[in-house]
Amino acid sequence: MFKKILVANRGEIAVRVIRACRELGIASVAVFSNVDRAALHVLKADEAYAIGAAAASESYLDIPKILEVAQRCGADAIHPGYGFLSENAKFAQACADAKVKFIGPSAASTEMMGSKTRARQEMEKAGVPFVPGTSRGLESIDQAKKVAAEIGYPVMLKAAAGGGGKGMRMVRAASELPSALEAARSEAQRAFGDSEVYLEKAILNPRHIEMQVIGDEYGNTIYLGERECSLQRRHQKVLEEAPSPLVDPEMRRRMGEVAVRVARAAAYCNAGTVEFLVDAEKNFYFLEMNTRLQVEHPVTEMITGLDLVALQIRIAAGEKLSLKQEEVLVRGHAMECRIYAEDPDNNYFPSPGRIEMLTEPAGPGVRLDSGVYAGWTVPIEYDPLLAKLIVSGQDRPQTISRLARALQEFFVAGIKTNVSLFRRVLADEDFLAGKIDTGFLERLPASDAGAEAEKKRNADVAAIGAAVFVVLDSATRGGSNGGGTADARAGVSSWKKAARAEGLM
Amino acid sequence: MICKVAIDGTGYRLELDGESGGWRCRVNGQEVQMDAVLAQPNVLSLVIQGRVYQVRRERRDSGWRIWVGDICYATEVSDPKSLRSRKLRGDGEKGPRQLLAPMPGKVIRLLLSENSPVEAGQGVVIVEAMKMQNEIKSPKKGTLRRLAVVEGAAVNAGDVLAIVE
Repeated sequence: MFKKILVANRGEIAVRVIRACRELGIASVAVFSNVDRAALHVLKADEAYAIGAAAASESYLDIPKILEVAQRCGADAIHPGYGFLSENAKFAQACADAKVKFIGPSAASTEMMGSKTRARQEMEKAGVPFVPGTSRGLESIDQAKKVAAEIGYPVMLKAAAGGGGKGMRMVRAASELPSALEAARSEAQRAFGDSEVYLEKAILNPRHIEMQVIGDEYGNTIYLGERECSLQRRHQKVLEEAPSPLVDPEMRRRMGEVAVRVARAAAYCNAGTVEFLVDAEKNFYFLEMNTRLQVEHPVTEMITGLDLVALQIRIAAGEKLSLKQEEVLVRGHAMECRIYAEDPDNNYFPSPGRIEMLTEPAGPGVRLDSGVYAGWTVPIEYDPLLAKLIVSGQDRPQTISRLARALQEFFVAGIKTNVSLFRRVLADEDFLAGKIDTGFLERLPASDAGAEAEKKRNADVAAIGAAVFVVLDSATRGGSNGGGTADARAGVSSWKKAARAEGLM
Repeated sequence: MICKVAIDGTGYRLELDGESGGWRCRVNGQEVQMDAVLAQPNVLSLVIQGRVYQVRRERRDSGWRIWVGDICYATEVSDPKSLRSRKLRGDGEKGPRQLLAPMPGKVIRLLLSENSPVEAGQGVVIVEAMKMQNEIKSPKKGTLRRLAVVEGAAVNAGDVLAIVE
């Protein structure tokens, strides 16, 4: 087993990996950029080293710097988390060259799947069903127009190196194609350093269901059940659950077997995820394979009882997969809410800043994978994911009630979060019935009748609360009638003074 | 002590006395049975006629936000003058309108040049923050009178990006 693991990431996923290391008795090493010295992952690790400027390209994406730290501190393995270098084949190869074990698939597998276009070519050979479109990058706008006309609008433009919705555009008509292609290319270039973009038919409002697979270095590959990830905004997943309300045991077996076939075609080892688009008739199409740990891996952990990060580490250390396919049992239900620093009342614009107050939920079935704490300033340079609230229960209805309860307990002040969005989701009849697809969030009404009624009912409570704060503020600032402090001025009541001092008036 | 507060724009007059051990509270002249404890800084536990409420205070540039449970209220504890002054911003269709940066970030691209015509809802500037590109759209039809930023510029929330007239 490894003695020391460097975690080449930040935020909640770095904390997640550090926790797994501690449970396995492995020393953990954090790396951090200039703005992350006080970040939670640095506070939690056994060792920590600075790796450069705030811009990810000068720190978390800087391969030579990270490897230099790994060698200097004697780490024998690197866990890349998700995002950043996790799907960078050059990084996996550089680790191999530096004799530091990369906890993930081989550079060759990552490379094959990392290019969505190459993956499509390989899957075509392996007989895996996928969405019609180009299997190569677009060379010109004319070619794009020609292919789009052949397969019919709407079409999707996707970054070949993509993931997480970046470099992705839906195009409904030929007239939108030039600007969309330009935008997708530039975003892909910025996000992945590769502007290759391909095109495929857009399946309208499909479900997005993915299958977790894991394989060891001895050719054993199994699937660990699906995750329903249809709730997305701008192709960013927002809420995931397992199992999917759509998938029955027979469909799970068929999807699982295709996923294992995909993994085998890529000679895949370690944890990976095969993503499918599923249409209204339950047909599923290969979308892409994510060659890393997924953000939403905890819902699979909750229903299988497995620790995916621990399994990743054990497999990378050369251990054999400890269980067989028939030993994987799905039990109960789990959901995950991604808590983002964004403003639901202002078009979900990012809302970085200082977390003034934070109350975290607890109680039965609640797990919080967080990368933040009260008093910390969320930097603007990175992904706005603050934490993941994961809840499990014996079935879907119990899980939903628990999640609603846990969300009520969750409170963040100082920055805005999308917590109120989940309240609307969990009250929606279609959601409760499991009728969800990738268009769900767009259709979800922005108004929340329940919240509006409660807001009216409790306005006087807010007024009383505000007044109590005024009274308490004045009491702590030297008595209610002007404590004779240096700035006391005649005719100004002390609560006004207090309010002025805080810039409220 | 007498306090005037505005909750989401509605005014309340409160008389509070918390100095004699318990609390006495009148809301708009009406007696309310109430007890309050400061549980943590900026977190109150209120018991109002037997019902328990958690009330939190969040300080913002523009005043306070008071949260009752998970419901949030814009709150002003100032005199009415400052309330009125806030209404002076141009919200109508007439006159110049500013495009403001909704969050801190970096200007990635200018989509229009100065003095070009612009439609309502048309993108003018792309600002990138937290790895997402956000198109800042014109609030009205008119002419792009001024571009206040250049490509590559860092902007803070509330900075003027452009003016449409």
